[in-house]
Order: sequence, then structure tokens, then C-alpha cells
Amino acid sequence: MTFRTPTGGAIDRDTLLHFTFNGQSYTGHPGDTLASALLAHGVHEVGGSVKLGRPRGIVAAGSEDPTSLVQIEAPFSEPMLLATTVELYDGLVARGLAGQGKLAAEPDPARYDAKHEHCDVLVVGAGPAGLVAALTAARSGARVVLVDEQNQAGGALLGVDEYVDERPSAEWVADVVAELKSTPGVLVLERTTAFGMYQDGFVLALEKRTDHLGFAAPEGVARQRVWRIRTRQTVLATGAHERPVVFADNDRPGIMLASSARTFLHRYGVLPGSRAVVFTTNDSAYCAAIDLAESGVDIALIVDARHEAPARLATECAARGIEVRAGHVVVGTEGAGRVTGVRIGPLAPASPDITVACDTVLVSGGWNPVVSLFSQARGKLRYDAELGAFVPGEELSTVRVAGSATGELDLNACARQGRDVGSEAAAAAGFAPGGQVPLPVSDSRCTARSGLVLWRVPGDDDASFVDLQRDSTVADVLRATGAGLRSLEHIKRYTTIGTAHDQGKTSGMIAAGIVAEALGVELEDQRPTTFRPPYTSVSFAALAGRDRGELHDPVRVTAIHPWHVAHGALFEDVGQWKRPWYYPKPGEDLHTAVLRECRATRESVGMMDGSTLGKIDVQGRDAGKFLDMLYTNMMSTLKVGKIRYGVMCGVDGMVIDDGTVIRVGDERYLITTTTGNAAKILDWMEEWLQTEWPHLDVHCTSVTEHWATIPLVGPRSRDVLAAVAPSLDVSNEAFEFMTWHDTVVAGVPARVCRISFSGELAYEINVTAWHGIAVWEALMAAGEQYGITPYGTETMHVLRAEKGYPIIGQETDATVTPQDLGMSWAVSKKKPDFIGKRSFARAENNRTDRKQLVGLLPVDPSVLLPEGSQIVETDRLPEPPVRMLGHVTSSYPSAALGRTFALALVRSGHERIGETLFVPVEDALVPVTVTESVLYDKEGARRDG
Amino acid sequence: MTSPPGAHLPEHPDFLWDNPEPKASYDVVIVGGGGHGLATAYYLAKVHGITNVAVLEKGWLAGGNMARNTTIIRSNYLWDESSGIYEHSLKLWEGLEEDLGYPILFDQRGVLNLAHSLQDVRDSVRRVNANRLNGIDAEWVDPAGVKEICPIVNTSPDVRYPVLGATYQPRAGIAKHDYVAWGYARAAHAMGVDLIQNCEVTGLETSQGRITAVETSRGRIAAGKVALCAAGHSSVLAKMVGLRLPLASHPLQALVSELLEPVHPTVVMSNAVHVYVSQAHKGELVMGAGIDSYNGYGQRGSFHIIEQQMSAALELFPVFARAHLLRTWAGIVDVSPDASPIVGLTPVGGLYLNCGWGTGGFKATPGVGDCFAHTIAHDKPHPFNEPFTLERFTTGALVDEHGAAAVAH
Amino acid sequence: MQLIPCPWCGPREEAEFHYGGQAHVAYPEDPSALTDEEWAQYVFFRENPSGPFAERWSHNAGCRRWFNAVRDTRTHDLLAVYRVGEPMPEVIA
Ligand SMILES: Cc1cc2nc3c(=O)[nH]c(=O)nc-3n(C[C@H](O)[C@H](O)[C@H](O)COP(=O)(O)OP(=O)(O)OC[C@H]3O[C@@H](n4cnc5c(N)ncnc54)[C@H](O)[C@@H]3O)c2cc1C
Ligand SMILES: [Zn+2]
Repeated sequence: MTFRTPTGGAIDRDTLLHFTFNGQSYTGHPGDTLASALLAHGVHEVGGSVKLGRPRGIVAAGSEDPTSLVQIEAPFSEPMLLATTVELYDGLVARGLAGQGKLAAEPDPARYDAKHEHCDVLVVGAGPAGLVAALTAARSGARVVLVDEQNQAGGALLGVDEYVDERPSAEWVADVVAELKSTPGVLVLERTTAFGMYQDGFVLALEKRTDHLGFAAPEGVARQRVWRIRTRQTVLATGAHERPVVFADNDRPGIMLASSARTFLHRYGVLPGSRAVVFTTNDSAYCAAIDLAESGVDIALIVDARHEAPARLATECAARGIEVRAGHVVVGTEGAGRVTGVRIGPLAPASPDITVACDTVLVSGGWNPVVSLFSQARGKLRYDAELGAFVPGEELSTVRVAGSATGELDLNACARQGRDVGSEAAAAAGFAPGGQVPLPVSDSRCTARSGLVLWRVPGDDDASFVDLQRDSTVADVLRATGAGLRSLEHIKRYTTIGTAHDQGKTSGMIAAGIVAEALGVELEDQRPTTFRPPYTSVSFAALAGRDRGELHDPVRVTAIHPWHVAHGALFEDVGQWKRPWYYPKPGEDLHTAVLRECRATRESVGMMDGSTLGKIDVQGRDAGKFLDMLYTNMMSTLKVGKIRYGVMCGVDGMVIDDGTVIRVGDERYLITTTTGNAAKILDWMEEWLQTEWPHLDVHCTSVTEHWATIPLVGPRSRDVLAAVAPSLDVSNEAFEFMTWHDTVVAGVPARVCRISFSGELAYEINVTAWHGIAVWEALMAAGEQYGITPYGTETMHVLRAEKGYPIIGQETDATVTPQDLGMSWAVSKKKPDFIGKRSFARAENNRTDRKQLVGLLPVDPSVLLPEGSQIVETDRLPEPPVRMLGHVTSSYPSAALGRTFALALVRSGHERIGETLFVPVEDALVPVTVTESVLYDKEGARRDG
Repeated sequence: MTSPPGAHLPEHPDFLWDNPEPKASYDVVIVGGGGHGLATAYYLAKVHGITNVAVLEKGWLAGGNMARNTTIIRSNYLWDESSGIYEHSLKLWEGLEEDLGYPILFDQRGVLNLAHSLQDVRDSVRRVNANRLNGIDAEWVDPAGVKEICPIVNTSPDVRYPVLGATYQPRAGIAKHDYVAWGYARAAHAMGVDLIQNCEVTGLETSQGRITAVETSRGRIAAGKVALCAAGHSSVLAKMVGLRLPLASHPLQALVSELLEPVHPTVVMSNAVHVYVSQAHKGELVMGAGIDSYNGYGQRGSFHIIEQQMSAALELFPVFARAHLLRTWAGIVDVSPDASPIVGLTPVGGLYLNCGWGTGGFKATPGVGDCFAHTIAHDKPHPFNEPFTLERFTTGALVDEHGAAAVAH
Repeated sequence: MQLIPCPWCGPREEAEFHYGGQAHVAYPEDPSALTDEEWAQYVFFRENPSGPFAERWSHNAGCRRWFNAVRDTRTHDLLAVYRVGEPMPEVIA
């Protein structure tokens, strides 16, 4: 049996679409939603309920529907969509859900993106009020964006067959949309839901671009797009949702909102059933009844809770043979699955006196303005007692409301509001009024404002569902108030009303009403629960947009990177950088490769790509003075041509970074930072300069990317350098440690610094990034006869650890001072002040049992301590908590030492040198000897080669 | 059909609490009816027999951070001081359901803290070792182990920040925040504590260096002792007696998806990728990210934080692509310089301070309730909160938990 | 996302900015003359009002300048922005 009307509806009857629901094959037409297509086949039962397992149907025709949850299975699995908002396409496979969906196991092949849009007036909702508002603003010359969640403009007009200006309303809508679309600077977005309103006119909207195309969705086109709209003024013309009345067994499939049934009829050409009872508290349901009757539905009865039925409409009904029973209510329903009958009785006392057989119950309990976005914009709401709903309760300077979102339910009045508000918004955005938009005049017969506010019909509280999706009943609400709860927020949590995917669009107001009745308080004094973004649900992938995979965070690579890749380097993530970690030869693991790299470097020559080091060019008359404040040691006394190592602390006296400072000229320094801290340190410097010492003449510029930096390390480094820099006198006398020279290396202008992070004779060769690879390759070639070996961060770590040099972030953790690192030598005693100095005088800094950097030698030289191991004093572990003395910060096998070793922070470490301590490793306690942190070449003999 | 997914959630009891008018005076007035205030009242009554107590709440009970947090419970903090109080708390959690006679849905499903860089690995191993020596269950698991515990984590080495391993605390988990708060409230009420809602403290009255009363939106209430449990509003309250605190109040956002069939058996947190996720009992994915950078009391943050969080979530959990964001919200977290709390006495006699829990105080609810009650009852810190004085910022004895707590919970 | 009017560039998205906490906390003239308490106040203690708050921002991804703003921390409404060194303007919240 079909429930499709022979004619009518905005569907393409000539095209047949095939789809599968709950394993059954069906057909529908373009223009259908999954819900309308199911209803056309008489299918009301979509899923089950979440707690009680009761059948659940289709209650509304749009995004406010509380129950028609489905899982899409094909083209691609997607959980928890509403059948009422899934546009039908060929090949769709779906199934009904009991309130819980399922995530696809396969990766989502679709693409998502985001777009920024700036406008003067954003209009949300393309119903009559929104259309008039948008057109009014557009005619004034404002840049207008109009969004609507539906696939076409028209709003409430889509669900009626009314005439506007004496022609079908769709024609009027089409004209307005056409003018809007042809106006420059106007953007009309269909299938686009404004879901979040934020600060300063920031509105998020989700456009569903290809969902409705199903299998035909073109590849490469973003399936969904997040619009990040920044607008001066917003007009909310978001309409109103019909709300039901609660009565016993009101959850059976076949019970739906009256206006939704009317929408199914006019928009989709679908009848909700064969025989319907209409239950209403206001006039609007009469139109539904009359329209459905005219389309062939047997309207068994209109039950109007009001004492008197509206005379004109009652006459119209009588003319069609529809009985109206005023002062009556639906007291209960019957049916195993779908509703088969209703029990009807007088409003007071609500006891059944007749039972009417039917397969459909159409309910209208009045209208709730859609105030979610207004509330998100922090607009206060006010209870409108006549309407029985919360409405916008204040004027906001940048957000205006028009149409039934204000509680105004008459179309002509809504349009007038749209015009007023549209021109106000344009004016507030700075636009003079343009051509007047003529107001549409509708022939609508049913206004909804004439209602009785009725939340529920007394009856079996346990079967009177307030939130159909959550299975929450009147009994639950009463139990909550009985438990002592007064706030709606508490009751919402107690009953879970309004927490399902619909966020209480149809149930929230009713729950508030029932609570107020139960507590004997006025709704005027109640605070509605907060509306939170998003207005309707948004897929995670849409919000992630393009920021996934590689684009999740930019990857930074050095100029020499391709060489490292070509030579089999494995990489380590350091901040956003990819740094060569080590260069394994076939068959090598980390340890063997690193031992080889270390040995080659200490015995002959190695080199690494140090380009990621942060580099900051510091210039200006006061550069020296400024660096004296930033570093713990003195930089202003550094001579041009010289280099000094420096440590920086925070104001709390803890080490934040270290690096070298080279004096380039009288008023110019080049400093280096650790790789991970480059941006932070530049920010840090600028913060001090701009906010504390703006009188200092200093300018800082990041030059990290300008330079390729290649440390050339090992006893043969001088020979290699000499080979590629013939004009440079590389002798120890001419090129001293901690000095630098500008020269030519491999035919390229270069700055060579004699610094060493390994204790070996070493040079750091800096050339412009452009020449990085060429110079690197020239060095490789020149070093070939010495077996020059490229090494990565791991070898660099070992070499420096053998010398006891800390790595900031590895040996330090924001609780370590320069003194703790044994670097008192780098803390100036002469300078009156520098950042962090005052903190060194605090009580805690002067404890003798601070953790200090030391070396650890496992008594068994083959035992490698895991980094991160803790250190204890005794060779037997007491019951926890065990007193810990510190932890292992670095630990390596050492080729140079012929054994393993570690660095560690140890309580009173400097005093413990020579002591034996213990390191718990799994179930054993490994004895270790505390040593100085410098383990290799203590005399520094290797530095000069 | 098998039984519906929501069939087994426990019901709340038929009675919770009364709504009394405030009395003229109480022995102890607790300002703030969040988890900490309610737990403090409970332990004051239960352990110390102090029942002439009022909890004053400016809004609805436990409607602040308590109602907004992502309920991660764990004790795997780095430093001994933190281990002490968080592990004390975890032990109390383990008996809390029985203690309160309330189904708080405490579920020890374990917490994974992922490591994405070699330094993360070192820091993680360090924390695991420290935890073990402090008697806290902790293990280091490699990527295969991560996959075993939580099969949907993307452990492929080909992602932007591959998972290099994780710390795992099996006894960690989640609980249901409202149930916890209501459990405490109901039990405290049953022992005679007055729970007074819609009662904002607007002033603190002192005489000769001692607290004497609080001014409220419902009138003056005399108090022998006053205990501040106002979380994000702590600075505002302390200011009423001229006390400055080393705190900044920031928005912290969280979100949930719709209900989904179980896919996520544990709790996963990643500091480096900035997201943490669990799947609550009903089936919704619960997620949070980093704090919004600015000070804010608006209980709302900025949307780009949510977008970043989603991209981070999909990096780790590609299967979430078509899950849907259902609801977002924000709380106000009181962030301290060392990411550790401040619990103890103040320069004002009879005024006690509990704040600075920032993004991670839900897990501490039982522990701090117990220790703070002890502090109030004895006018002396409990050993577990002794390290968390206000003075530590002067002496420099900070308890820097940024590594374990920065954007974590 | 707030729209922050950089005094140098005009209104820009919040994501371009870096927050700097309370404004007008001067680095002490002579830290060594301070008691530990006074120094701790400088290092760690900040105003944290619910209401108008004079604070620092830096337009990090734009002109990279620091400036000051008065913002209502309850609503996040920016009430005024002003350049470093300028006095805090009177604002009505
Ligand atoms: C989004 C988010 C996620 C989080 N996730 C976690 C997590 O996973 N794990 C974890 O351990 N922690 C988490 N936290 C932190 C945790 O929520 C808090 O640390 C903890 O709840 C704070 O204690 P509380 O419960 O007492 O705070 P609250 O619940 O905020 O209680 C403070 C109460 O004081 C009231 N108050 C304030 N001023 C006054 C006044 N003048 N008069 C009267 N009453 C007043 C407030 O209204 C409020 O109810 C999270 C926080 C947020 C916001
Ligand atoms: Zn700027």
C-alpha cells in the first residue's frame, strides 16, 4: 500500500531511487528524505528506544525530530543521522538505531574543508522573515550571507500549500532567492546549518555539500565544509518548532507532530496514515487536519484541549465532516507497535470516555521559538506565558531576531519583522536603506498564537514520555523533584531529558513546564537550561577539516634534508623539525650505528646537520646590555670575533635555554637557541624588549632558516676544513677556540665558528641555506679519505654526554638551575642583575640537597641504565613510598669510554661523588658509582686537535 | 534485538537532599558546592564529627567544574608530593561507591598517556619508575602494547607524530561526575550538613585577623571557620580579605559525541597532540583539550580550540571521523604556576584555602575532601597537603607537575 | 574566537595573538632589594579579577607587537586596547 499522494510535493516523480532500510528494499524519489520515503511505504517504525527497547517512529519532519535515528551503511558508514534530514539517493543503505550508532572501522575516504567568510549581515534561516531580512539588507548594499539548513529556501512555507501574494509561495521564494543570488556581495548557502555563535560576530556553519549525492558524490570535492563567518550583524530568523503534549503511551510510532504531517504532505506528497486523530491546544493543527482530509486521510476526530474550538475553523471542519471535540484531550493510546487507537476524555478530570481507532495521531502543543543561537550569543531569554515558551528577552547590539523565532507566528507579521530587522542590521553595519522590499501577504488561515499552554495530560506517569529518545517520563521528572531537586539543570541530569542527540529541541520546554507545575513555581522565575553549541551535531572530520595527516602540523626540514633521506637516515621529531637521528648501515641497529658514528667522529671526523638550531640576529646600540639581562653570564664584554656559551633562565631562576653567542660587530650579535625553543626564545626576547625595556635600542630577527649549519667534528676536521677552505688559516693559533671567521668554504661565502659540543676539535660551518647541500657534499668529498661519517642527533647526544654537557629539556625540566647543572661558572657574579638572578637567593635554591647533575657509572660496565630510571640510596628496596634521590637523564654505551655511562640529577649529587647508589631496573637494583659529569677528556686535551 | 544500550545505567535514589534556609551561624562554612566543597563537608561530618556545617553554592549544586569535567581519575603524577595526595585519593575512590552508598560508576579501565617524541619517552619512563617506587601501579607500554590496550589508536609510524609508547596506569579510570557530587551531597546532608544553593558569598568578614562571617546574597552568616572551595572563583573570594593568589582563571573546554557502540575501552591522553578521550558509560565519546589562553570567567572558550582538538583526535583515532560533535561547554579552571594545587591555612585565622587544581582536580575530590577536612578540623595541614602551601611560591619549593599535568587531567 | 583590535593592524582573529596575562606588572627596579615575599609577588602572583582586566597581548602572527587591552573577563568583551607605555584608559564595563 502506498501513502504517496497522486500529485503534489516537491519531488521528482519521474525518477525512481532504490534504497534499503533495515534489510528491506524500497523506492523513493529525488526530493525525498529517508523519512518521507519510508512514510510513503507506510513505514513508521524506524528504531528502538534506548532504555526500554520500545519502538520509535518519526515525530517531526526536520532536524528537531527526536527519534528517527539511523545508521547509514552505504555509501559509507555513518552513525546517528536523522531519517528526516537524510536526503534520499540511489543505493542508500540504512538501518534504524536504538539511540546508539556504530563507527566505521575503515578510514573515511571523504575530504573536508573550511572557508572563511566576512560579511556585514548574516541571516540565519531562509523562511519568510529571513528572506525579507536578507533582501532588505542586500538592497542596502551590505554584504549578506544567508544560510539555511534545508536544501532549499522557504522555511515554514515549504510545509504548507499556502499562497503568498496570490501565487504559490514557492514562486515568491524563488523570486527572492533569485534576486539575492544575482546581487553582488550576497552569498546564499543551502544545506548549511549555523551551529555555533561565538564572540564578536563569529558564527560557525556547516555546509553539507555532497552528502545528498550519495554514490554520485564527486571525488575531490569536500563533502562538508565548515564556514567560519565573521559578521558585523546577525539576523536570526530560525523559526519555531512545534512541540507535542505529553500523554500516556505517547511514544508509539504513528504519533507525530501535526505540522510535520502537513510538511510530509505538501513537501513530499506523503500521507502519514489512513485514519488520524488530531490532538491540539491551538489553531495550527486545524490546517494540518483540513489539508490531510482533503488529500484523503480520514480525520477521525479533532480533540481540542481548549474549552471552545475556534469557530471559523470548526465550521470549515464541519463542512468536511470532521468532528471537533473541544475541552478534550488524548488520555492514552493503544497498539502493540504502531498506534492503533487513542483514548479520549475531558481535560479535567482526564479520564477516558471514548476510544477511537486510528493509525496516526497528530499532536500540537504549541510552538517553541528556536532560540538556541540567540542564547549561545548570550542573549537573555524570557518566558512568554501566552506562548508557553522561552523567547528572546533582550535586544543585543549585533544580534537581532525576526520571525517566529521571536514567538510571532503570523506570516505577515514575521515578514514585517524581517524587513524591520534586516534594515536595522544593515544600518547598524553602516548601510543606508536601499529599495523597500514589498511585504508578502499570505492567505494562511491558522495562526498558532491562540493556544492553551498544556504540558501534559495526567495519566500513567511511567508511560508518559517527556524525552522519547532518552525514555524519560513524567514519573522520572516527578521523582527528581521529589528527590529535592529544584534547578532544571539538576532535573535534566537526574532524568537525562534533553541530553540525547536532539538536545531537547522538542522536550526541553515541556520538561520545564512539568517541573514548574510540580514545584508550584512560575516559569517566569525559572532559568532554562543553557543552550550549547552545536545547534545540530557536526562530524568530527568536518571540524578537523584539512588539518590532518601531514597538514596536522607543518613539517619543517632543513636544506640538507634530501641528502639525509637519500642516505637512509632515520628521523627524530624535534618540535616541528625532522632531524636525522642516525644513519644505519645495512644490518645496524641504533646502538651499533651510534657506536660506529661516535667512534668515527672521535677517531677521525664526523659531521652533522645542525641547521635546526635556532638563530637570532640581535642588533642595536644596546644589544650587549640586553643580552646581559637575558643570559646569566656577561655578553657585553665579548669581543668582536669571539664566541661565548650562555645560559638563560626564567624569572624563577630555572634554566630555560642555552646556546652560543657570537659577536658579529660592535652592535650586532648572533645567538643560537636549542632547536625546540627557537620561537619561544625569540618571543621571550621581544616580550622583554617591548614591554619592559622599550627604551633599549635592540632589534631581534629570526635567521634560523637562512643558514645551513654543519658541525664538522673530530681530530681530522681541521684537515677537511683546510681542504675546502683554502683561504682560511685553520691553524690553532690563527683560528682559536671560541672564535669565528668569515671565509669561503667550497666556493661559497661561509661563517665558520670554532665551537665544540663534543670536546673534539670542531668547526661549525654556516652557509646560506641555498648552498647547504652543495657544501655538505663538498665536505663529504673532502673527508672521504678520512672516512668522514655523517651522524645524527643520537651520536651528538652521546658525544656531548661523555663531556657532561647537558641538553636543555633532557637534563633539565623547569626545576633545574645553572648551579644544579654545575654551571656556576656561567653565572655572572659581577652583573648587578639578570633575569632569574633574584630567585637564586630563595630558600629553596640554597638547600644543600638540591638535585645536581652528575655522572653515573654502572659498577658492571656492560649494564646500560634505562633513561628515566630512578636512583635510590640502599641496596634493598623498602616498602613504598621509597625515597628517591633523583633520576637518570641520559644513558649510553660509549665507544670512547669502552663502557656504559649515564648522566643523572641526584640529590646533593656534587657531594656524593665516589658514592655507590642504586638504580632499580625491573626487579634488580643496579649499583652505580657517582662521578663528575665530565667523563671523557677531563683535561680538554682534544679540543685543539 | 539484544537489550538496549542504555538499559543498565543505575538510577539515582528517590531522595537526595533538602533545601533549607540558611541558619544565622555555623561552625564551618564551606564556600563552593562543587565536588571539593561537598567532599570536604562529608569528611568533616564523617571523620571529625563536625556537622554544624553549611555548604554555600552560588548556583546549583556541583554545577561548576564538577559538572563539566571529563572525569579522568589517575594518580600517576611525577613528584612524591603529588603521588601522596593523588594516590590517597585513588585509594578512597576504590571504596567510595560503598562508602557513599551511591552508584558512582567508578570504572578502573586504565589510562594511557601517550609519548610522541624521544623526550616524551624519557619523561614517561621517568614517571613510571617514580610511580612504582611510590607504590603506584604504572607501566611503560610500547606501541604494540598500546594497540593491545586500545585497538583503535593509530600506532602507525607514518603519522605526523607517531605513538612511541605510553605510560599505563591500570587502576586509573573514570567515574560519573554528577553521581559523585550527589553521592557526597546526599551523604553530607544525611549527617546534618546544610546544602544552600543560590547563595553567593559576596564578602568575608574578619575581626582581629580572624574570620567571623560571610556576607551572602541570602544575608550574613556567622562562621567559626570558613573554607574556600571555589575553584575558578578562588581569586575573587581571596581578594575579599586582601589575599592575592598565584592563580589565573582560564576557560577549559570539553565536548561529547552522540552515543556510540563501545569502541574505546580505556582512557587515552596525549600531551603532545593535545587531546584526551574516553568513552563514557552511555557510549558518548568524552573529549577535552588545552585551556584557552586568556583569563576568563565566562564559562565559554573559543571555537578554534575545539577544531584543533578534533584534528588531534582524528590523528590518534581515525575511526572517529564520522562521529559527531553533540555538545561543547567550558568550565573555569584555576591554574597555578606549577600545575599543583594550593591547600592549607591562610594568613587569616580560621580561613582555609583549597584551590589551584586547574585542569585536574576531579580525581582529587575524595583525597582533598579528606585532607582539607582534616586541615580545617585541626587547624593544621594533613601530611598529604602539607607540601601544597601558599608559601612555596616564596621559598621556591614548587611541585612542578607540568610534565604530568599541563593540558592533562 | 575573539576579534582583537590590534592597535597597529586593526581587528584580527584571536588565533593570531598570544596572551600575556596581567599588564602593568613592572620588572622591579632593583630585585636584590626585595624580600623573598616581594619577589614572589612579582614572579608568581597576579590579579585575576572577574570583570575588567588590564592585560597584555602580542600580535604574534601579525605585526608581532605587544600591546595592552582592557577586557571584561566575564564576557570576554574587549573594552579598550592601547599601546605599551600608554596609561590604561578609563573603561565602563
Ligand atoms: C572541561 C574540564 C575538564 C576537566 N577534566 C578533568 C578530568 O578529566 N580529571 C580531573 O581530575 N579534573 C578535571 N577537571 C578539573 C576539575 O573539574 C576541577 O579541578 C574540580 O572540579 C574543581 O573542584 P570543584 O569540583 O570543587 O570545583 P567546582 O565544581 O567548580 O566548584 C566550585 C564551586 O564554587 C562555587 N562558587 C564560586 N564562587 C562562589 C561564591 N562567591 N559563593 C558561593 N559559591 C561560589 C561555584 O559556583 C562552583 O559550584 C576538568 C575541568 C574542566 C573545566
Ligand atoms: Zn598587529
